[in-house]
Amino acid sequence: MDQTPILSVQNLNIKFSLRGKQLHAIRDVSLDLYEGETLAIVGESGSGKSVLTKAFMGLNDLNGWIESGHIYYKGQDLAAFTTEKQWLTIRGGEIAMVLQDPMTSLNPLKTIGAQITEALKLHRQVTGPEAYRKMIEILNDVGIAHPEARAKQYPHEFSGGMRQRVVIAIAIACSPKILICDEPTTALDVTIQAQILHLIRDLVRKYNLTTVYITHDLGVVANVADRVAVMYAGDIVEIGSSREVFYDARHPYTWALLSSLPQLGAKGEALFSIKGTPPNLYAEIKGDAFAPRNPHALKIDFEERPPFFDVSPTHKARTWLLDPRAPHVEPPEILKRLKKAGALK
Amino acid sequence: MTMEREPLLSVRDLKVAFGPRRHPFYAVRGVSFDIYPGETFGLVGESGSGKTTIGRAIIRIYEAAAGEILFKGQKINGRISKKLDREVTRKIQMIFQDPMASLNERAKVDYIVSEGLYNVEKHLSKEERKKRVDAALMAVGLLPEFASRFPHEFSGGQRQRIGIARALVMQPEFIVADEPISALDVSIRAQVLNLLAELQKERGFTYLFISHDLSVMRFICDRIAVIHKGRLVELAETETLFHHPLHPYTKALLSAVPVPSPDERQEGPPVIYDESVHDYSVDQPVWVEIEPGHMILGNQKELAAYRALLSEDSDGN
Repeated sequence: MDQTPILSVQNLNIKFSLRGKQLHAIRDVSLDLYEGETLAIVGESGSGKSVLTKAFMGLNDLNGWIESGHIYYKGQDLAAFTTEKQWLTIRGGEIAMVLQDPMTSLNPLKTIGAQITEALKLHRQVTGPEAYRKMIEILNDVGIAHPEARAKQYPHEFSGGMRQRVVIAIAIACSPKILICDEPTTALDVTIQAQILHLIRDLVRKYNLTTVYITHDLGVVANVADRVAVMYAGDIVEIGSSREVFYDARHPYTWALLSSLPQLGAKGEALFSIKGTPPNLYAEIKGDAFAPRNPHALKIDFEERPPFFDVSPTHKARTWLLDPRAPHVEPPEILKRLKKAGALK
Repeated sequence: MTMEREPLLSVRDLKVAFGPRRHPFYAVRGVSFDIYPGETFGLVGESGSGKTTIGRAIIRIYEAAAGEILFKGQKINGRISKKLDREVTRKIQMIFQDPMASLNERAKVDYIVSEGLYNVEKHLSKEERKKRVDAALMAVGLLPEFASRFPHEFSGGQRQRIGIARALVMQPEFIVADEPISALDVSIRAQVLNLLAELQKERGFTYLFISHDLSVMRFICDRIAVIHKGRLVELAETETLFHHPLHPYTKALLSAVPVPSPDERQEGPPVIYDESVHDYSVDQPVWVEIEPGHMILGNQKELAAYRALLSEDSDGN
């Protein structure tokens, strides 16, 4: 992994205005994305993982705004962008996105060939037969058989998995540097999911992409990610290499998330479940947002937000448990099952 | 699972057709299985495989084109008496996939949960009905006060609990759970799975658990049937199916499930199930019990190969 950040988020705060109230969706997040890596952002719905990545492309809804912080990309601060014109220099050509539902992210009135060529014309400045040739090449790359015939078809003539391939083709056609995959396989069957993940991995290699996966499926994360960031209530609570987060997690939320995997459960026993509900982001959060649901919470967790403690040069977690003064808490016994190779097969 | 027990529900050569009568499309093409009292029977397949159609045929939303569905030995598909219809409506309940879509937005929780009682137990007084609703809400971990609220006031997990309470209030014996947790977050998913398991322990429910998520099914199901394009291809006890899958489709399905452990990453290309490996032009496939409790679809040649595999396995161990 190359250690130069291609994109750097610093102390980002994003707020939304909803029904006269302010919702603090992203709370002081800092994150470096390294060139060529695959980073997975995991979290439950409402944890802010989509809002964070949409901010990289200026795609958040109009009732949301960046309160403070920076998103540095190639020497520019994306957080300071104000006009659509500025964003158009980033969207597609620099950062492209693959969305969850291929049923809704394609234009039903245009052939898929036309939709891919459109991206090529806009971002690679190729036209005519050259664009056609390129389009066929990309369709081949994403594993669509008989590209010449398929290019003339409309989205409704494709199955879900094939449509997601088309969406990926459009993203690739823009020749981006960063590919953001927002739950790219959630709407798909497992066998199709395996194929799409394999395809994305091939394309990442071929086009030398930096990839961000947003997902709540820890199985997918383990399969694709070099690094994993765990989000809770608009904040990154733990980040580290894939092995560090899965095998040596330090934040109680990460423990809880991993423990509730059905793969770790034993039949007849209750599955581990996190008590309570995620916090209300309309209210200002004091201390560690996970504290009310955390059985290991310390007094300070309710009072002061924990800083990031370094576990290793690549691994850090935002929990007071890592403070030298904190009592020693063992991670849940059940997580050892993750390490046993083959135990989950 | 002892096989001598009387099945609670039997499906015999079930076919379900859609479309015009003259050119019907068979979504379910001859499916047979038994579900025994107290067990959790899983039905796994991809979208369009017909798994939901089977569930819906059992609760009589869809009509069976052929075959029989027996509940406690009584035929419940086709024309049945009003009395039996009422009994089946009460004893077989369904939990739906998306709690955001399956609750009436304009009705209060009280009405949503008790709606079935209005139809089937008309004699209940207002107080008795209220008592039943409160008990159902408490059983799923909600407060009776919630009865006067509207669905939009609840989170996804709570809404799914309301969906479960709606089934409970009828005091069913058999519950068809159609992807009850696929729309939920990981932590909420665990809560709902635990609730389903708890209810089963307390009340002896029998579940038909329909899902595409094999990792969840492994945790909750006693036996699993794999369906592909409207036909069952394999049925076995859960661990047998995971350890010794025989049918190529089951194998492809199992290999596609991502393992939440970075050291067990699937590097190579995924296994793709190719139907053309089966040559059914002359030798038609049959649904047979290849070892006790393990059913499989195959023609004579394939069955011989599967048997060889099985004896190899038992020699190896």
